[in-house]
Amino acid sequence: MHEVSLAEGVLQLIEDAARQQHFSKVTTVWLEIGQLAGVEGEALRFCFDAVTRGSVAEGAQLEIVATPGSGWCAQCSACVALSESLGACPRCGGYRVRVTGGTEMRVKELEVI
Amino acid sequence: MCTTCGCGEGEARIDGATAHHGREHTHADGTVHSHDHVHLADHAHDHDHEHDHVHADGTTHSQAHAHGAKRMVQIEQDILAKNKAYADQNRLYLAERGIFALNLVSSPGSGKTTLLCRTIAMLAGQAVAVIEGDQQTSRDAERIRATGAPAIQINTGKGCHLDAHMVGHALEQLDLKENSLLMIENVGNLVCPAAFDLGEALKVVILSVTEGEDKPLKYPDMFRAAGLMLLNKTDLLPHLDFDVDAAIGFARRVNPKIRVIRVSATRGEGMDEWLDFLRVGLAQADMTKQETMDGLKRRIAQLEAQLQRPSP
Repeated sequence: MHEVSLAEGVLQLIEDAARQQHFSKVTTVWLEIGQLAGVEGEALRFCFDAVTRGSVAEGAQLEIVATPGSGWCAQCSACVALSESLGACPRCGGYRVRVTGGTEMRVKELEVI
Repeated sequence: MCTTCGCGEGEARIDGATAHHGREHTHADGTVHSHDHVHLADHAHDHDHEHDHVHADGTTHSQAHAHGAKRMVQIEQDILAKNKAYADQNRLYLAERGIFALNLVSSPGSGKTTLLCRTIAMLAGQAVAVIEGDQQTSRDAERIRATGAPAIQINTGKGCHLDAHMVGHALEQLDLKENSLLMIENVGNLVCPAAFDLGEALKVVILSVTEGEDKPLKYPDMFRAAGLMLLNKTDLLPHLDFDVDAAIGFARRVNPKIRVIRVSATRGEGMDEWLDFLRVGLAQADMTKQETMDGLKRRIAQLEAQLQRPSP
């Protein structure tokens, strides 16, 4: 996945907000990253530290909230929890599963000064 | 630099020129700096600048001050929102002109460029343009231009995928005819392009029979993101142990809705089915254009009628 592109995307959202909301420093950033989004957490932290140097978010604490994966199994006619996007249905073992949640990558909120 | 693929920012080149921005910009205090700019109609970049102001005691800081108090700012936005915004602009630009655009993705060496050259030759009379993506060289764009179709080469430098911003700039340079077919040949890569919407009607994933049947299982995101799979180089099947049914089965397991067409770009098998698919897409794009224009015309008519009504 693109941890550097993602870190840059996070920084862009932060800088846009800094202009609109008039803050000069970010102390904490909360991200929601789905379990099925294919994002490697440690790589994202590394890239976030690197891209935010010299920015309003330099030194900010990064909190990553992992949102669970979910899918709809056509065979079971039920929502099931998914831990990987290629997964078979954990109930029936079939592959007629459509991913319904857990692929999001969002900036939720910031703590700023 | 990206730990996964070494992407660096600001290295993309479009037809040899750096894709940076420039426009002369004068601040209220008289300072001038420049940003180069090439804009699509509704394509805007943020150009806000924070201006430091000076207090009577000589201290300076930015516009609105909040001294030391921590507060929460809600963002609630998708991280790739900017790319999505550029992609949506591209999509609108294409819809208004009835252009059917495809994003071709695959491993390097699957036969994308050869397939494009053959397609252009067989679609004689239909306006086709191509946006080529590679790390380096303009060899693919040159091959396309040799067929008579216009092509723009985007060199991504260290980048491993095209993004909507690059494609937006390429669209400006191409100045496409209405009802054209636009083929975007993405960088050969089965991982990264999946996440980056370019504004296309759909992604076409090209898998060649010299690769493994289990590619769809190993790279599910890409096969899930694609609306059509072209199984290429079928003329080589007699020399291989490739199980066609297994490959199609794996693709459908990952994406039950994916359409599959078997082709040989060099020998011609399946090309008619592929061309029919393109013609249907072009007809649909034309209908969308009419709906867009009709919608606008209707709205104008409504507004004109309102203007002519006597006021109460």
